[in-house]
Amino acid sequence: MTDTDSILATVAEWRRGGKDVALATVVSTWGSSPRPVGSQLAVNETGTFVGSVSGGCIEGAVIQEALDVMSSGAPRLLDFGITNEQAWDVGLTCGGKVQVFVEPVE
Amino acid sequence: MKRALLDDLLAAQANGDPVAMVTRLPTGGQALVGLAGAQGDLRLDDDALAAVRVAIAADRSTTLQAAAGRLFVHVFNPPLRLIVVGAVHIAEPLSRMAALADFGVTIVDPRRAFTVRRPFEDLGVLEEWPDEALETMGLDHRTAVVSLAHDPKIDDPALAVALRSPAFYIGALGSRKTHAARLLRLRRAGFGDADLDRVHGPVGLAIGALSPAEIAISIMAEVTQVRRQGAKERA
Repeated sequence: MTDTDSILATVAEWRRGGKDVALATVVSTWGSSPRPVGSQLAVNETGTFVGSVSGGCIEGAVIQEALDVMSSGAPRLLDFGITNEQAWDVGLTCGGKVQVFVEPVE
Repeated sequence: MKRALLDDLLAAQANGDPVAMVTRLPTGGQALVGLAGAQGDLRLDDDALAAVRVAIAADRSTTLQAAAGRLFVHVFNPPLRLIVVGAVHIAEPLSRMAALADFGVTIVDPRRAFTVRRPFEDLGVLEEWPDEALETMGLDHRTAVVSLAHDPKIDDPALAVALRSPAFYIGALGSRKTHAARLLRLRRAGFGDADLDRVHGPVGLAIGALSPAEIAISIMAEVTQVRRQGAKERA
């Protein structure tokens, strides 16, 4: 079983257990980026998460966005990178840029 | 993501079917595209479906522009496989490293004296003649075969099956002299230059590896290079 498989299996398990879940996926990267396109992070309503979308620098922000997505039900496309002030705030230390899609799992 | 689509994706993975989850950015309509069909609330035209299948074949998740908008194509291929022929010392670190790199690993060795030893009891060894075992497994373009047995009775039949398959990497442990003798035997068995060029030998990148773990690193480095950059011209 690969990393990504086990994340999606966890998503299905959480949903079967009645938990709200949001799934974050790296959809594009520029420059040096610690996690390749397709890397995923899943979050449930309690804030528990599995997987990763960076070397750890934007996970906190992504998890917060994921909790918002769970309550609003609408997906979001997030940009993190050196041109983005938020990225400076959360500190994308690798100097690259990543775009992360966060979607609710129905 | 709709639950039904997630369940279909998990089922495709359990079946070993190559698929891609296609998402329209940023609004989130989705389609699960396989080699035969597509399902979901996102409609894709033939051009988009063809582009998605190119991404599946290249094993590369990507974004692309289509009539339907900007699409994220998330490729889910069955795991790569590594078949290690010979339950020799190097097989242990090689199997563990390959598993870390998301390969499904099978060790094949018909010699009970080798396979009953720890750690192979833990790793699980197919105790069969490699030609039969490899025929049964069905080697595809996502399979790598590395022979380590140092015994032509075991290595050669495995290499012969690998050469008749689309395996993306074929490697054989042994010195240049051993390798030259091996190529001669394979040539006598009917394989031509194009076949023999597919065998990486001596196996692995030349990084001065000495210990079993270091040799495993050099083999995994070469397997990774071939996977990511394609087979290179070799001296």
